[in-house]
Amino acid sequence: MRFRTHLAASAVGLSLLGLGAPLAQAQTAQEQYFPLQSYRVGPYAAGGTGFFGGFIDYMNLIDLRDGGVNGVKLTWSECETQYIVEQGVECYQRMKTHIPAPSAWNPLSVGIAYAMIPGITADKVPLITIDHGRTDSTDGAVFPYVFPLLMNPYSETSAIVNFIGSRIGGDANLAGKSIVVLYHGSPYGRETIPIYQLLAQKYGFKLQQIEVPDPGTEQEAQWLEIRRIHPDYVVLRGWGVMNPVALKTAQKTGFPADHIIGNVWSNSEEDAKPAGEAAKGYIALTTQATGTTYPVIQQIESVVYGAGKGDMADQSRIGSVYYNLGVVNGILNVEAVRIAQAKFGHQTLTGDEVRWGFEHLNLDPTRVAALGAAGLFHSIDVTCSDHEGHGLVTFQQWDGTQWHRISDWIAPDWSLLRPIIEASANKYAAQNGITPRDCGKEVASN
Amino acid sequence: MMTRLNASQAGAIGLFLVMALVVPLFPSDYIFDAILTPFLAISLAALGLNLLAGYAGQVSLGSAAYMAVGAFTAYNFLLRIPGLPLLAALFLAGLVTAAFGVLFGLPSLRLKGFYLAISTLAAQFFVQWALTNFAWFSGGDTSGVITTPPLFIGPIAIDTSVKRYLLSLFIVALLTLIAARLVAGRTGRELIAIRDNELAARVLGVKILRTKLFACAVSSFYIGVAGALWAFLYLQTVEPAGFDLDRSFEILFVIIIGGLASIRGAFLGAAFIVVLPLLLSRAGAAVFGATFDSGLVDIVEKIILGVLIIGFLRAEPAGLSALIARIPFGRGFAFATTKTTGNFS
Repeated sequence: MRFRTHLAASAVGLSLLGLGAPLAQAQTAQEQYFPLQSYRVGPYAAGGTGFFGGFIDYMNLIDLRDGGVNGVKLTWSECETQYIVEQGVECYQRMKTHIPAPSAWNPLSVGIAYAMIPGITADKVPLITIDHGRTDSTDGAVFPYVFPLLMNPYSETSAIVNFIGSRIGGDANLAGKSIVVLYHGSPYGRETIPIYQLLAQKYGFKLQQIEVPDPGTEQEAQWLEIRRIHPDYVVLRGWGVMNPVALKTAQKTGFPADHIIGNVWSNSEEDAKPAGEAAKGYIALTTQATGTTYPVIQQIESVVYGAGKGDMADQSRIGSVYYNLGVVNGILNVEAVRIAQAKFGHQTLTGDEVRWGFEHLNLDPTRVAALGAAGLFHSIDVTCSDHEGHGLVTFQQWDGTQWHRISDWIAPDWSLLRPIIEASANKYAAQNGITPRDCGKEVASN
Repeated sequence: MMTRLNASQAGAIGLFLVMALVVPLFPSDYIFDAILTPFLAISLAALGLNLLAGYAGQVSLGSAAYMAVGAFTAYNFLLRIPGLPLLAALFLAGLVTAAFGVLFGLPSLRLKGFYLAISTLAAQFFVQWALTNFAWFSGGDTSGVITTPPLFIGPIAIDTSVKRYLLSLFIVALLTLIAARLVAGRTGRELIAIRDNELAARVLGVKILRTKLFACAVSSFYIGVAGALWAFLYLQTVEPAGFDLDRSFEILFVIIIGGLASIRGAFLGAAFIVVLPLLLSRAGAAVFGATFDSGLVDIVEKIILGVLIIGFLRAEPAGLSALIARIPFGRGFAFATTKTTGNFS
């Protein structure tokens, strides 16, 4: 059982018959509310409990250690989505009328995020899709309220190809090599199909992209195909149970684990550990390092768990990939609020004001270190036209029990990707009757 | 048009007037976006399936596929024919789905019962495969997700929750009226004759082939329009995975719980399957949200729902429609309900 006393006031404001009509609540202090569309049951619960656990623990740290952000308490409530789009949308509609209004949405689901874009744009509340989401939402001129923070799927693709290049002695050596992309049969999985094709053309490697139908518990056919192709590298673009099954099936078909490169949703302990010996040597991309050696994680352990307010039922998962991503996500949300407060005042902010904070979210390595997160993630610099924020990525290798970083922080090839992102965003704008903002003016007015 | 109304027709019209005139005054978007609009779309799909499975006795597990065909067809018509009115696109989507339903209904001429149900799975898998593998269907978006363009009925923009709800309500009411007229007449009797004894129906002069394919076409038309409503007026963005086998089962459960071979059964069943879990979830969040894990509350809700299903079906195996018909005041709401209950034999 989890303990969230300060939630009581906001969560009990709904009754069986009073649908959508939150009762008037006594507001005693300034608060900044975060609706959490979490998933703690269902096939993707490992990702949901880790990510939302880290996010909640970080917000608790800010409340307990600092008394909130400049005195404004962080509050939140949870709604279970099971990673199902319809349930996630229902949660959105349930929580959007909360008083005070939501600061930002963090559904951690591409499907749910897609379905929310028209709604949150009308509500003027930002939607955060850290490390995932709709790639063209990077173009903030067309998608003012959507933020694929740190890394969008195209950047990830570019970083993986460059990393494979570095393993074989430079990008020039990619020519003539053979790469297979094994992707999850979902909008998330298919998002990068054109960008792999583009990079294959640019570097001259042979490319095959093979789909694994959701949930991916059966992959014999795909790996027999891979054995027939005999590629130099396999990129694993998986999610949930598909990942350990891929690693085990790879071992059965004799494909070496250290030539499988996992993407950002195939990079957790929960992906590697169930595969046992088959995962040894497996490499995966990440935007945040694992472990508990960072000051911010250690403070969570002492302050939040010391006070008995920790969210993780299994405390050994503190420092795991999903947990640390949740903490990083917490840092980015909280810092966006802090930056927005500097402009709009130390008080409860509207979603639109928090959006301004995200659009000016600039955390350089010095500031990241001041937040106790040096080495946990590199930096971020979000602007009106770039809602991703030039996040750097790193690669880690599984030794059978834990991850070890094996690369520096790597920058994706943003300039190559930008025209494709803009073309896609402009197409979306044309289809939906959106007039893109002029980001030059936005900068001038600030 | 009808000259005299019986009690059940008056009840239905009364309910419609309340839904059309009183309910939109409710001051919250939640009740429209999260409850009533999906309820109407699922009700319409269940009504379509009930025409085929409840009345004609042809079990189908392809409902979600037909919804997907309707949704993606309407999207492509709007995308590729600029200026096409929304209602025309919905109608065309229904027609295309009807043609598709006839194609996949052909096995019903030879197969029955469970064998037919299995053969309709082909539609389910084929549609998802086609929609995910050919980006053309989703307007070139490789992720396969479609986003609804801005919707207009003439000069009126359908851009608020209440307008989306009212549009759904009028379309569903119109199609329900047509279905009620259909099953009350000769066609309805022919469908039931085929369901109860195909050989006897043939002897009585019912054209089996024509009637079965007609049932497939009408049923698919309804489900296709329901899919378009689901995509355009409820979610406003749709991926093929949203129309998976679970959705087909959900619609089948709606008509089993609501009542086979009954028009109102589709609505009662949809209320039970779509609305009740939300009420349970809201109640769970309000009472236990602060102290218990949201995942745990979610599991408990599922257990309660399961117990309720067993309880209701134990009380009345013919579904909620028959259960309500036994209550005296319930007769006022009944319309176009046949006395016989459907079966899948």
